[in-house]
Amino acid sequence: MKLTGAQILCESLLKEGVDTIFGYPGGQVLPLYHTLTQYPKLRHILVRHEQGAVHAADAYARVTGRVGVCFATSGPGATNLITGLANAYIDSVPMVAVTGQVPRAMIGRDAFQEADITGITIPITKHNYLVMDIGDLARTVKEAFYIAGTGRPGPVLIDLPRDIQQEATEFHYPARVNLPGYKPTLAGNPLQVKKAAKLLAEAKKPVLIAGHGVRISGAYHELKHLAETLQLPVITTLLGISAFPESHELSFGMMGMHGSAYANMAITGCDLIIAVGMRFDDRATGKIAAFAPHARVIHIDIDPAEIGKNVKVDVPIVGDVKTVLVELNKEISAKRHDEWLAQIRDWKRQYPSGFEIRESDSILPQYVIRKIWEVTKGDATVVTGVGQHQMFAAQHFFYDKPNSFITSGGLGTMGFELPAAFGAQTGLPGQTVWCIAGDGSFQMTVQELGTIRQENAPVKVAVINNGYLGMVRQWQELFYERNYSATPLWCPDFVRISEAYSIPAECVTKKTEVVPAINRAMAAQGPYIINFVVEPEENVYPMVPPGAGIDQILHEPRKEAS
Amino acid sequence: MASNKHTIVALVADRPGVLNRMASLFRRRGFNIDSIAVGHSETPHLSRMTIVAEGSDTQVEQIRKQVEKIVDVIRVQDISGLNIVSRELALIKVKSTPETRSEIMQIVDIFRAKIVDVSADSVMVEATGDEEKVDSLYNLLKPFGVKEISRTGRIAMARGDQGNRRDENEG
Repeated sequence: MKLTGAQILCESLLKEGVDTIFGYPGGQVLPLYHTLTQYPKLRHILVRHEQGAVHAADAYARVTGRVGVCFATSGPGATNLITGLANAYIDSVPMVAVTGQVPRAMIGRDAFQEADITGITIPITKHNYLVMDIGDLARTVKEAFYIAGTGRPGPVLIDLPRDIQQEATEFHYPARVNLPGYKPTLAGNPLQVKKAAKLLAEAKKPVLIAGHGVRISGAYHELKHLAETLQLPVITTLLGISAFPESHELSFGMMGMHGSAYANMAITGCDLIIAVGMRFDDRATGKIAAFAPHARVIHIDIDPAEIGKNVKVDVPIVGDVKTVLVELNKEISAKRHDEWLAQIRDWKRQYPSGFEIRESDSILPQYVIRKIWEVTKGDATVVTGVGQHQMFAAQHFFYDKPNSFITSGGLGTMGFELPAAFGAQTGLPGQTVWCIAGDGSFQMTVQELGTIRQENAPVKVAVINNGYLGMVRQWQELFYERNYSATPLWCPDFVRISEAYSIPAECVTKKTEVVPAINRAMAAQGPYIINFVVEPEENVYPMVPPGAGIDQILHEPRKEAS
Repeated sequence: MASNKHTIVALVADRPGVLNRMASLFRRRGFNIDSIAVGHSETPHLSRMTIVAEGSDTQVEQIRKQVEKIVDVIRVQDISGLNIVSRELALIKVKSTPETRSEIMQIVDIFRAKIVDVSADSVMVEATGDEEKVDSLYNLLKPFGVKEISRTGRIAMARGDQGNRRDENEG
């Protein structure tokens, strides 16, 4: 029996185990949307903007470990995916985006709503396809899912002309892919693994840095075994948060620009780094020339191009983090570093700033985050936007649950939080998802409240409202003589906005009301929004100034309680 | 040849947009392409690209790894350190008069180039060789008045079996 292109796409998605699609219809995907109703197993969720679809698919993929899927129409629909594709690309999130395209005969003629989306997305997708022959469609979908979900994951875009959606042919879904140019290395080179074990055995002051790769690979157990056996202090990158339980005695928090002082000092003072599934981003390393000056470096990553890209590496190991750690764990034997750990703990006692909340009559943003952690007992998935609230959420919620911190790391996409929280909630029905939003970030995608309402997703939203674009204002305060150019931000009444979307909401201005409000949000059956009006000029500390070494730490100036 | 010029050879799937992907990658990573030449390979549906780019060894190593990540790229190798043969083809149209024609022919002979077209006031020279040879020929023809020149950019191949080495699991 012959199937149309739209049917072939739907059948292929079912073969890939897809059950959820985030999307937005339009002229050039009408045949696909027409067909979608014949496939009740494919739950399509209508977002309010294509950017919402791509961020939702992104977070859905991050929490489930599956490939996230989104649909958009041609032209403006497709270009509205750009930010989300770039976000998923830099954070290595598996995703397949399907866009409609004008009919083949009209391609290249500047037809209505035509955009060269494959051309546009070359640098921000792992791979992309323009399907010009219906005979290629099933194979293309198979390849797209394989490429998106294997190796270093990433987004793959399939551009589908409207006439191909309508044309019909026999459907044969290929059993396997044949991509001679794409062969991710999974197992580490045994010699390199042995070399790494030897360096670890010799090191006096080693540090383990855990990155996003640990979470992507699901290597929590293997990482813990390695850290405990060798008594390695574990420090995470921003995206590595929730790769290792923060209540563990070997956990020393996050490194980098807003990392803990003691984590950064440990890295600066160590003699060996074992970097696991991380990419030495400048926000993590600070000035490269001053980064870990005494350390040899073991780097485990599935992407060979990440090794030696930013930091010189002594022992490179290309492979899947989990597979490599299993091998490495066979090569090591128990060791202690009491003196070194005591030194880091001493730094932790000396420089706890930023992780202590000082007294204040007004609401401090850190206080809100800490209370959400206390009320939920840490049993929540936290999704953030980008800015001060993101860093407070990284610092003041303690993540013990694997893979429970979802944030836009590499691209720093404001507006990520609301659609991503919705996507995460879709992937984790019945679990608590807290969206920590900034008042600026929240307003970039606030229309997704409509999606949350329509789907009745029980997302709890905490808007950390300081009336500023907080992180930019902080930089202006510290590095631009307090010239608050374009950072004071008028906000609408978020409670009334929420009410307009039929979502219960409240505004909290008193410290004593913070916990009761969080409790009310938790007790609510569906979504709930709290607008926390916080201290307007609170800053994120500790902070490493841009361009400085990570040991050049600005601590919070001691403020007297008034 | 300047030491920081690298010759990268890539075997790529013969699909639309491959050249765009390759060029886009170089642009995105801030690398200058000196020349890029593509043509069919010995295998159907596969093309071979020769890219000449400038950069430090570390930079070029990084670009090689990034190129390798392109799904349509089957294999890529920086052959600069190997014993290689490299050639480019140039067509040079030179002004000529009955008086200068024999002088031009002598120069062309010395360079083992060929005259492939003659008109009343010009000749077209076809030259093959490495860039230096083509450059020298061009410099000698310049005084006669070069009307037009078209060069292919470098294609290259390692001598013997060197080009077939595969990099194993290393950084």
